[in-house]
Amino acid sequence: MFELSRRKLLAAGAALGLAATSVAPAFAQDGKETVKAAFVYVGPVGDYGWTYAHDQARLCLEKNLGDKVTTSYVENVAEGPDAERVIRQLAQDGNDIVFTTSFGFMNPTIKVAKQFPDVKFEHATGYTTGGNANMGLYNSKFYQGRAVLGTIAAKMSKSGKAGYVASFPIPEVVMGINAFQLAAQKINPDFKTQVVWVNSWYDPAKEADATRALLSQGADVITQHTDSPAPLQAAEEAGAIAFGQAWNMESFAPNAHMTAIVDQWCPYYTGRIQALLDGTWEADNVWLGMKEGEVEMAPFNAKMPEDVKAAAQKIVDETKAGTYEVFTGPIKDQSGEVKIPEGEVIPEGDLLKMDWYVEGVQS
Amino acid sequence: MMLAAPVIAVAATLLVGAALFTLLGHDGPGAVYEIFVKTLFNPYRWQDLLVKAAPLAMTATGLAIGFRANVWNIGAEGQYILGGLAGTGVALATLDMTGSWILPAMFVCGILGGMAWAAIPALLKTTLGVNEILSSLMLNYVAIQILYYLMRGPWKDPMGFNFPQTAMFTADQTLPMVVPGTLIHLGVPLAAAVALTAFLVLARTVTGFQMKVVGLAPKAAAFGGFGAASTVWIALLAGGGLAGLAGIIEAAGPFGQMVPQFPTGYGYTAIIVAFLGRLNPLGILLAALVLALTYVGGESAQTTIGLPSAATGVFQSMMLFFLLAADILVRYRIVSGRPAHAGVPAAEAAADTAAKPKAKAVTA
Amino acid sequence: MSLDLLVAILMTVAGAATPLLIAGLGELVVEKSGVLNLGVEGMMLIGAVTGFAVATTTGLPVLGALGAMAAAALASAIFAFLVLTLMANQVATGLALTIFGTGVSALIGAPFVGITTPTFGPIFPEALTSSPLLRLVFGHSPVVYLGLILTLAVSWFLARSRAGLILRAVGESDTAAHAIGYPVLKVRYCAILFGGAMAGLAGSYYSLVLTPMWAERLTAGRGWIAIALVVFASWKPGRMLAGAYLFGLVITMELQAKAAGFNMFAPEVLAALPYVATIAVLAIISAAKRGGANAPACLGKSFRATA
Repeated sequence: MFELSRRKLLAAGAALGLAATSVAPAFAQDGKETVKAAFVYVGPVGDYGWTYAHDQARLCLEKNLGDKVTTSYVENVAEGPDAERVIRQLAQDGNDIVFTTSFGFMNPTIKVAKQFPDVKFEHATGYTTGGNANMGLYNSKFYQGRAVLGTIAAKMSKSGKAGYVASFPIPEVVMGINAFQLAAQKINPDFKTQVVWVNSWYDPAKEADATRALLSQGADVITQHTDSPAPLQAAEEAGAIAFGQAWNMESFAPNAHMTAIVDQWCPYYTGRIQALLDGTWEADNVWLGMKEGEVEMAPFNAKMPEDVKAAAQKIVDETKAGTYEVFTGPIKDQSGEVKIPEGEVIPEGDLLKMDWYVEGVQS
Repeated sequence: MMLAAPVIAVAATLLVGAALFTLLGHDGPGAVYEIFVKTLFNPYRWQDLLVKAAPLAMTATGLAIGFRANVWNIGAEGQYILGGLAGTGVALATLDMTGSWILPAMFVCGILGGMAWAAIPALLKTTLGVNEILSSLMLNYVAIQILYYLMRGPWKDPMGFNFPQTAMFTADQTLPMVVPGTLIHLGVPLAAAVALTAFLVLARTVTGFQMKVVGLAPKAAAFGGFGAASTVWIALLAGGGLAGLAGIIEAAGPFGQMVPQFPTGYGYTAIIVAFLGRLNPLGILLAALVLALTYVGGESAQTTIGLPSAATGVFQSMMLFFLLAADILVRYRIVSGRPAHAGVPAAEAAADTAAKPKAKAVTA
Repeated sequence: MSLDLLVAILMTVAGAATPLLIAGLGELVVEKSGVLNLGVEGMMLIGAVTGFAVATTTGLPVLGALGAMAAAALASAIFAFLVLTLMANQVATGLALTIFGTGVSALIGAPFVGITTPTFGPIFPEALTSSPLLRLVFGHSPVVYLGLILTLAVSWFLARSRAGLILRAVGESDTAAHAIGYPVLKVRYCAILFGGAMAGLAGSYYSLVLTPMWAERLTAGRGWIAIALVVFASWKPGRMLAGAYLFGLVITMELQAKAAGFNMFAPEVLAALPYVATIAVLAIISAAKRGGANAPACLGKSFRATA
C-alpha cells in the first residue's frame, strides 16, 4: 500500500512540476463565460469585523454578477504554510482567481502564484507580488475614514482627549492613528489621542477593559483598530461616543455609535471579476479610497449635532473630490519637530511603512 | 487488537459526524465524504498530507516516549516555539554567510532550544516534585510571549515595512525538497526516520524498556534500579528535543522565516496524535496522517459544500473521544478473554489508556 | 488619583476577576477530587454561546446563565463518562473537550453573530449607587456577588462539610477512600459536573455581562488562565479569590498605566507574568512541602476499583 501511494505521489509530483513549468502565453487572454472565484480568510466569517466585511463583499459580488460567477471561501486559515496549502488547493481546484485577504498571506500567495501562471491571484494589504504577472495587490485607504472620525471626535469631545484601542504597531495601524489625530487637531489644536495597545486583533474582554481604562483616564471618545465591537459596548455603557470598525456596528451600541468606517470591498471584487469576464484583467497594485467607493462611512447617528454632521460630511465630500488629504504638511512629530513641511503631502510609499507618530499622539 | 480501537474510533466518528452535521443543518454524509474520502483519492493532496503530518508525527513521537513512562509533558507547543526560535537565532546570525553547515547548525540549535525549554519542568519535577503537567502547560504561554517580543522588537526585519516578522531565510537556511517539483521537504523523511528510530529504541533497548517499566509498574522499576529522575529527564528531553526539531523544520521549511503566527497548536494536536497512534511510533505516523486529513479535507469541504472551519475541530475531538471510549471496550475483551495475563499490570498502571498496549507486550 | 478613578479601576478589576474566579472554583473542586479537567476553555465557550442563545431567544439573561450552566455541565458529562467510567486519560480527554467546545460553540453560534442581548440589570436600587463609594459596594453585576458567595460556599464545603471531607479523601487517596466505602466515582462525577456548570456560568459572564455579544472564541483563552489560577491558589478557595482579583488588578493596572501614557514594561512581560508567577508558586509550595504539597495526590490519575 505504501509503495502504491508513493508511486502515485511521484506521479502527482511530476504532474505538478509540469504544471509549474508549462508557462502559458501570458497576455493572450480571452474573455470567459463564467468565472470561479475563491476567497481565503484569516478569521471566521462570523467575526463581524475584517473577515465578515470581505465575506459580505463576496455575497454582494455574487448578487451583482449572478450566474457569471461562482464563489467559495476558506475561513480561519492560519498565516504561513496552512495558507500556502489552501491557496494552492484552490488554484488546483480550477478557480480562475483567488483573493487572499490578510497581510500574512502575502508570501504564500507569491509562492503559489509562481506555480500557477494561468490562475489570477489578488492579495489584500501586501507590498510586493514577488514579480508575478498573475498577482495583483489591493488595499483600501481606511485612513481617509479615520480623518472623518477624528473630525467628529474633536468636534464632540468635551475633554479634548480620545482613547484609541489599537492592536499592533504595524504601518496600517500607525497611519490610522496619525490620520485620526491630524484631523482632530485641525478642529482642536490641543487635541490628544491616547493609544492603548492590546496586542491582539481580537480579545473582546481585553478590548473592553482597555476602553474602560481610557474612559476613566479622561477620554470621552473611543476609537479602535481591533476587530470586536467590545470597545463600542464599553463606551455605550459609560455614555461616551465611539465608532464602528470595518462594518456598521450600530446594533451593538445604538447611542455611542456615531458612524463607522465600512470596508466596502464589493466594487473592487465586482470590477476584477468583470475584467476577467471581459478578458481585460491585468495585475495591478491599487490603493483605493472613498472616491472609488472602497471606504464608506456608515450613516451618521441621529444624535450627532448638525454642525458635526456637516463638518464630517465635508471631509467625506472633499476626500471624494480629491481636494482633501489629511497627510498634508505641516505635520509635526511627537517631539514637536516639523517632519513634513507646509504644503507637502506624505508620499504613499512612506505611508505604507510609517513608524512614527504625529504630535498629540500619546502611545 | 492494537488496531481495533482506532479503527472503531474512526468509523464511529464518521457515522456520528455525519449524523451530527445533518442535525446541524449541513450536508452530513457529504461532509464525511469530502473530508475523509475525496481528499484521499486526490493525488494533489497527498503532498499536503505529508507536509502537514510531518511536524505532528515528530512532536507526537517525542511525547509518546514520555507518555509511556507516565511523564505528562503537555508543553510541546512551547518547546516547538523555542526550537523554532533557537534555530531562527542561528539563521539570523548567518544571514550573510553561506555554507552547508548552516542548516545542520540550525537543526542542532532547534533541538537544544526545545530541550532547554523542556528541561525546566524536568528540573522542577526531579528536584522539587512539581507536577509536570501544570509547569509544562504554563511554559507554553511564556514561550508565545518570548516569540511576540522577539518579532516585535529585536528580530524584526529592518526591510520588512515595519511588520513584526524576521527576514526571509536564505537558500542555505531553507530545507531542500526531497521530491523535486513537490512540497515534500527534508522534514518529511526525517519525521518518518525519527518515528522508526524511536520504534526500534523503545522496542529493543534498555532505555526503551526502562520507559515502559516505569510507566507500567513504578515499584518494579525502582527495584530494577531504574531511577525515577532519569526517566523524567529522558522523557522530557526526548519530547522537548523532537518538538524543537519539528519547530525549526517548520520554520526553515514551509515558513521560510519566523513570524508571530508560527505557533498553530501543533504541540496540542500532537497529544491527540500520540494517543490516536496508541503511543506507538508507527501508529503515530498513521495517526498524524489521519489528523492531517482532517485539516486538509476540512479545507476542501469548506469550498465544496460550505462546511464551516469549526467542523474540523469537532471531527478531531470526536475521533479522540471515540478512541478513548473504544479503547476500554477492546481492553475489556482482552481481560475477559485472557484474565491471567492482562489483569495485574493494568491495575498496577492505574488502568491508564497509555498503558494497555504495552501491558500485552510485557505479559506476552 | 481621584475617587472616581479609583472606583472605576476597582470595578473593572472585579469584572475581569469574576469569570476567572468562578471557572477556577469549579476546576478547583474537580482537582480536589483528584481529576484534572483541561477542558475549561471548551466548556466556557459552550456556556458563552448557550447563555447568549438562550438570553436572546427568551429575553431573560437569568435563563441564559442557567442554560449555560446546564450545557457546559452536559459537556463535562462527556468528559466524566470517558475518564471515570471508561478510565480514559484525563489530559487527552480534557484537551479533546476544549477542541470540541471551540468547534461546537462556533457551529451553534453562527446565527447569533452580529446581534446584542439583554443583560443583567443591577440588583440594588439606584439610590444605592449614587456616590462612587456606594457604587463600589452595590454597583456590580449580580454575578460578581455570586462569585464571592460561591467562594465562601466552596470554602465551607471543602473545609467543613462531610461531603467535602469525602471529596478531599477521594482526591488524596482513591484506593483508601474506596476501601473505607466511599463512592469514588460518584463523588468525582459530581465534582466534574459542578466544574462544568461553573465554567459554563463563567463563559456566560463574557457573552452576557462583560461584552454582551457572541463571536467565535469569545473567551480568548481565559479558561487556561483559570486553570493556572487554581494552581496559583494552591487549591485553596480563599487564595483563588485573591489570585483572581490579583490577576484582574494586574491586567487592569497595565491598561490603566498605558491609558495614562506610561509604558513601564514590554507588554509581553506582563502577558507572561501570570504563568511565570504560577510556576514560581508551584515551585515554592512544592519545595515547602515536598511531594506535591497541597496538590491532590491523585490528580490526573485514573481510578479503577480493584475489589
